[in-house]
Amino acid sequence: MASGWLLFAPLISALACLVWLRRKHDLAMFLSVGTCAISFAIAVALFVGAIPVPQPWNWISITGGVANLTVPIGWYVDNTTKMMLLVVTGVGLLVHIFSIGYMAHDEGRGRFFGELSLFMFSMLGIVVANNFVMMFIFWELVGVSSYLLIGFWFQKPAAAEAANKAFLCNRVGDFGFLMGILMYWSITGTVMFQLNAASASTLATQTSATLTTLGVLLFCGCVGKSAMVPLHVWLPDAMEGPTPVSALIHAATMVAAGVYMLVRIFPPVLSASVGAQEVIATVGGFTALFAALIATQQNDIKRILAYSTLSQLGYMVMAVGIAAPGAAMFHLTTHAFFKALLFLAAGSVIHALHEEQDIWNMGGLWKKIPITFATFALGTLALTGFPGFAGFFSKDEIILAAYEKFPCLYAIGLITAALTAFYMFRLVFVAFFGPARTEKAEHPHESPAVMTAPLVLLAILSVIGGWSILGIHSYIAGGHAAEGHQPGHSLTLGLSILAFAVGSLSAYFLYFNKKSDPIRISLFANKFYIDEIYLNGPVKFQQAIARILAWVDNWIVGGCLVRGTAFVSNLTGEALRLFQTGSLQAYAFLFSFGTILILYFTLLR
Amino acid sequence: MEITLNHYLAVSGLLFTLGLMGVILRRDLLVIYMSLEMMLNAANLTLVAFSRFNQHLDGQIMVFFTITVAAAEVAVGLALIVALYRVRQTTKVGDLTTLKF
Repeated sequence: MASGWLLFAPLISALACLVWLRRKHDLAMFLSVGTCAISFAIAVALFVGAIPVPQPWNWISITGGVANLTVPIGWYVDNTTKMMLLVVTGVGLLVHIFSIGYMAHDEGRGRFFGELSLFMFSMLGIVVANNFVMMFIFWELVGVSSYLLIGFWFQKPAAAEAANKAFLCNRVGDFGFLMGILMYWSITGTVMFQLNAASASTLATQTSATLTTLGVLLFCGCVGKSAMVPLHVWLPDAMEGPTPVSALIHAATMVAAGVYMLVRIFPPVLSASVGAQEVIATVGGFTALFAALIATQQNDIKRILAYSTLSQLGYMVMAVGIAAPGAAMFHLTTHAFFKALLFLAAGSVIHALHEEQDIWNMGGLWKKIPITFATFALGTLALTGFPGFAGFFSKDEIILAAYEKFPCLYAIGLITAALTAFYMFRLVFVAFFGPARTEKAEHPHESPAVMTAPLVLLAILSVIGGWSILGIHSYIAGGHAAEGHQPGHSLTLGLSILAFAVGSLSAYFLYFNKKSDPIRISLFANKFYIDEIYLNGPVKFQQAIARILAWVDNWIVGGCLVRGTAFVSNLTGEALRLFQTGSLQAYAFLFSFGTILILYFTLLR
Repeated sequence: MEITLNHYLAVSGLLFTLGLMGVILRRDLLVIYMSLEMMLNAANLTLVAFSRFNQHLDGQIMVFFTITVAAAEVAVGLALIVALYRVRQTTKVGDLTTLKF
């Protein structure tokens, strides 16, 4: 039962912090960081196999009738799960420690750490879930904690709106996901990921149209949670939350939950349907390119990283779509390292410059905050795929997987790699080199050790994470990772190094030592006007429907049905009141008149 | 002319109607009271007539009951009227509107 504390520890911390310790900041902080460390220790113990997985427990069991529903609360642990647990708890722990420094002066730290613990609980629940219903519950819980943390500074209207936006976009995706779960249940008769022989054969004998629909519906959950086009709009806005939150939730773990879910359902569902795979690969590839293009023209340091996250998530989803879930998980792991690093380093920069986020207000920082710069640079090299760094291996794995089956996605992958190098080096050259452009950038202060230590640890992981000596990839792929010598291997290697060189060199020539942006592409700077399109299309349409429904509610339901019946009974009462004169003689008259009428109708007719 | 049951009933109905009219139309409590007594007596007349023509005494027994109840009622009612008069100095129904809505 010891492994159960993986979930219970953060849950207890979340409850304690949110109920009792909202004002006792330091206590909440220690509790939250401590429980996260416990979770990490248990994840390590599970990884090395020191403790067993807890027994499943039947939560819902409805049998008989036309449909059976059995929902256990249980764990499904394989290599992917163990690796994901290590990533979530490890990166989570480092982010918790970083937050001690980053949030040191915030008045709401107690609430912050409570919500962070709530997130850890929900995220770990997703990772260990062994069935769709359990996953969906935790899926919604991460949505809630993400909502709470994006809107952490709810007194800022932008943050409150961003939180709502994130929640609503996730709702749209989750609706499809829920439909998918119901469809999965109606086909196989179970909600478990692991199918028994009978259910598996039922699933296998479905028509390809059914399987494609099922796959695409389940993919909807990933579209919402992992912010694929067309529901990607919430992720850049989610940067309104505190930077550690952006690092943990909106870069390393929660947004990757969609990819993790796809990997989890790959063997029974997605592998059976080529159609669904094509949809997933197309959406992923498109998102990768689309977000990278937008990132080239953003000026907010966190937004550049957010679009970069979108782009990398696109890679992972694309990898699932081209039937390479191992590569997707590998990239997810390395991406968690270097993107958490980049976000935390960006947080350290923002902290050093007193909440300055525009890269054009920075400049020349590399000398003044050397540790932050060094770690950010290592993260950048890892993300852009500099040979030997983590991103180089994992990204190449995905591009290589596309080589034979999808030449178009292969090209997109390489173009995106070049764009990634371009926008990341643009960011580095503008923010860290050249002259200091503002007063603030003249005198930054390096962050305290509690913030730089996690940066250094993550930087080390970002460098070595891809090395085959660590064996992350072969561990995830279950021992049969394709080692080298696939067709197109050396070609891909050459092309991706070329893409890196093209991107970084063009960024160097365009942006090194520049005072302002030499190129201006308003289409990219305005994010392809997607927000405007949504505001003028679906949102307006929805507002019009809402207005019509409000009218119906006000006049038909409220006016006719509710107030109408009240009016009729009131009117009847008023009319009948006229007979209540209070005069006995009038009553006597009415009484006798009535009697006469009755006599007339009964006797004389 | 032979007096039949119908004649009695006609007189009784007439009396009853007169009494009812009195109750409905008159303005003085005492007169309303007397009209009420007249209605009771109309009913008594009917009962006696039926008793006579059916050669049966049940009706007359009912009349005794009616007279008894009427006597009691008069005692209570007159006492109320006297008491009312003492308080309000009037027995006109038009003035007694305290309970009216």
